[in-house]
Amino acid sequence: MNNVEITDAVLVREYMQGNETALSKLINRHHHRIYSFIFSKVFDRDVAEDIFQDTFIKVINTLKRGKYNEEGKFLPWVMRIAHNLVIDHFRRNKRMPKFDNSGDFNIFSVLSDSDLNVETQIIKDQIENDVKELIKELPEDQLEVLTMRIYKDMSFKEISERTGVSINTALGRMRYALINLRKIIEKHKLVLTN
Amino acid sequence: MRKLYTKKLSKKDQLKDLEARKETVQFLLNYSKALRVVKCRGFTFDAILN
Repeated sequence: MNNVEITDAVLVREYMQGNETALSKLINRHHHRIYSFIFSKVFDRDVAEDIFQDTFIKVINTLKRGKYNEEGKFLPWVMRIAHNLVIDHFRRNKRMPKFDNSGDFNIFSVLSDSDLNVETQIIKDQIENDVKELIKELPEDQLEVLTMRIYKDMSFKEISERTGVSINTALGRMRYALINLRKIIEKHKLVLTN
Repeated sequence: MRKLYTKKLSKKDQLKDLEARKETVQFLLNYSKALRVVKCRGFTFDAILN
């Protein structure tokens, strides 16, 4: 009978009643799964370790305060906490990008020149000139919408007011303009990438 | 100078045998033992007893 595994619900109840070993059992039972889940999202051992720790601190605080509602779903609850903390981590990182120091040091990972070099600038100019020539082959109504949207940066509402058509028609013309432009590019066998 | 070549593990390999460090688990258990939640006149107080 001793081999019967005690359920999570029982362990949680015991822990809430002050049995510290119950927490140890819960962590040992689930730490592999929770840690793997966190690592599969962040792919960084140290970050995963931090999030794992924060997850269980939240678990401990909630259980000790008696705020946990036992519904027989301990693991999904912990996974949800971990998931939310992973999201928090990525939100924080977005505001403050981390310097990636894996492998050899590369000065260009901290310094970057956002300006295009001469070669890519020339290629970019060529592509833009080619596109300007190609769009001349579009039907007049499509060319008009495309020019207003891309080159004059007008909204579809403004385009519809200026051209006297509905927004849906303007959207449709833009869609067909792009489809036709792709066809023209294929016809001329052009490769417009740098 | 010779170049250093290191083999990068695939994401699948990285996910194998993953588990939290023993120190982290021990820290959590110690934190749990040290944490006392005291309820007094409708207020809840946390205290870390070292």
